[in-house]
Amino acid sequence: MRLGLVVDLDKCVGCNACAIACKQWNTSGTSGSLTDYRPYGPDPSGVFFNRIRHYETGNYPENKTVHFPMSCMHCEEAACVTVCPTGASYKREEDGIVLVDPEKCMGCNYCAWACPYGARELDREEGIMKKCTLCVDRIYDENLPESERKPACVMTCPTTARYFGDFDDPNSEVSIVSKEREGQELFSELGYKPVNKYLSPRKKVEIEQHEIVEPDLVRKVKDWVNKVVEL
Amino acid sequence: MHPAFSVIFFTVTSGAGYGLMALLCLFNFLYLGMLFDKNIFLIFSGISAVLFTMGLISSTFHLANPKNAWRAFMRFRTSWLAREGLLAILFYPTLFLYLLLIHLDFYKDYFLLMQIYSVFIFFFAILIIYCTGMIYACLKTIPQWNTPWTPINYITIGIYLGGLIFFALLSFNDFNINPYKPFVLALIFVAFIAKFIYYLSIKGPRHEIGQATNAAIKLKNTNVRLLDVGHTGGTFLTDEFGYKVAEKRLRKIKWFSIFSGFFIPFFLIFSYSYFFENIFLCLFAVLLSFTGMIAERWLFFAEAKHVVNLYHGAQKC
Repeated sequence: MRLGLVVDLDKCVGCNACAIACKQWNTSGTSGSLTDYRPYGPDPSGVFFNRIRHYETGNYPENKTVHFPMSCMHCEEAACVTVCPTGASYKREEDGIVLVDPEKCMGCNYCAWACPYGARELDREEGIMKKCTLCVDRIYDENLPESERKPACVMTCPTTARYFGDFDDPNSEVSIVSKEREGQELFSELGYKPVNKYLSPRKKVEIEQHEIVEPDLVRKVKDWVNKVVEL
Repeated sequence: MHPAFSVIFFTVTSGAGYGLMALLCLFNFLYLGMLFDKNIFLIFSGISAVLFTMGLISSTFHLANPKNAWRAFMRFRTSWLAREGLLAILFYPTLFLYLLLIHLDFYKDYFLLMQIYSVFIFFFAILIIYCTGMIYACLKTIPQWNTPWTPINYITIGIYLGGLIFFALLSFNDFNINPYKPFVLALIFVAFIAKFIYYLSIKGPRHEIGQATNAAIKLKNTNVRLLDVGHTGGTFLTDEFGYKVAEKRLRKIKWFSIFSGFFIPFFLIFSYSYFFENIFLCLFAVLLSFTGMIAERWLFFAEAKHVVNLYHGAQKC
C-alpha cells in the first residue's frame, strides 16, 4: 500500500478547516500534543501538521488566488528518514506512512532540515519532532464506521478538496483523479518521490476583450444628432 | 538557516582538535619516530582531546531532547550525523590505545606497527572531520551546503587550526619552529583558497530546483506569487529557516572572518622569527584564527537558504 492525499487546488477555498481539524484530532492522538506557545499572547505560535498558504497565479485578467495546503508528502524516498541518526523517523513497510517514534527522538532538527516541504516541526515544550501521521490512529480504527476511517483533514473539508487513498491501487479514487488531472508532485527534482499529489486549477475561461476603436465620421455625426435630440 | 552557537562552536572546536591530532600523528610518521619527548606528546594529545571533547559536548546543547542523545549512533548506515557520532566515540579507545603504546615506548621496539598506527589515526581524525562536513553537504534542501566544497572546507580549516595550535605549542616549548613555518603558512593558504572557491561557488542560486517558487508549487503553465503565508506570528519554520541578515552586515562579517581568520594569522606567523619572537604573538594568532573561524561558521549558517523559504515568498534559494 502507498497511502497518501490528493489536494484539488480548484476546490480549496483556504478556509483552514483541515488545519484545525488536524490539530483537534492529533493533539490528543498518538503524536500529541501539538503544543501552542503563548496562545493568548501578542505573538501566538504553535505546532501544526498542516499549513495553508495563499498564492496568486497568472496575470490580470486571468489571475487567480490559489490556496495551498501542505502537510507531509510521505515520500517514497524520504530524506528525513535517511538522515535521522537515532532511528526515530521511520517509514512503515505496510502502508508507506512516515512516522516519528517519540521514545527515540532526540530533537536534533536534522530531519526538518532535510525536508523540502517544511512538513516537520519541533515541539519545543516536549523536545520532540512532530509531523503528519496521516491519522494513523484513525484510518485503521475498526470502532469507527468505514466511511469515517479517513484522516481528519479529509473528513472535515467542506469543499471535498482533499482525497485520501492507496496510490498502489489503480482503481482507487486518488489514483483515478491524479491520473485524470495530471496530479503534480512538488519538488520532484529532488528525487524524494512525494506520494501526495496536487491538482492544478483548471484553465479559466478567457474573458473576451474588445479593442476601443476610434469612431468614424458617420458615427460621430449620429452621436451628435442623438445628443441634440436628447436635449 | 538559524545559526545555533552550540553547533558553530562544535564544528570549529572539534575540527581543530581532530586536525591537531591528525598532524601530531602525521609528524610522528614523517619523522620516522617520536618527534617530541613522549611526555610532551601526551600533553599535546591531551590538548587535542580536550578540544574535540569540548566540541562534542557543545553539540549536545543543540538537542531539544538530550536524554536520547545516546541513540544518535544507531543509523550509521544511512545518516552522516550518526556516522560522525559513532566514529567520534570509536576514536576515543583507538587514540587511548595509541597513547598507551607510546607511553610504553613501543615506537622503539615495534617501529613498523607504530608507523602504521600513526597513519591510521591521521586518516581516522580526518575522516571524522569529513563526516562533520557531510552532515551539512548531504542536504539537497540547502543548495549552499550541498557542494563538495563543504567537507573540503571543514577538513582544510580543521587542519589549519590544528596546525596553528601545533605551531603555538612548539614555540611554547622552545622548539626550533622555523622548519614548520612554511608548512603552517601553506595550511592557512590552502584553507583560504578552498573557502574562497566556496564563496564563489555559492554566489548565484546553485540549484535549478531552488530558482523559483514555480518549482516548489508546481502549478501547470503559470507563474506564482505569494499573497499570504497564512500565519500571523512566527512558526518553527520561520525561526529555523527564515533567518535573515542585512547584506551589508553579512559583508562586514565576511571581511572580518577573512582578515581575522586568514590574513592576520598568516602575517603574524610569516613575520614570526623575522621581526619578533614572542609566544604571546603566537597565542594571539591562535585566538584570532578561532574568532575568525567562528565568524566563518556563522556565515556558513546565515548564508544558507533552505528551499522551504520558497513557500514563504522567496524567489530563489
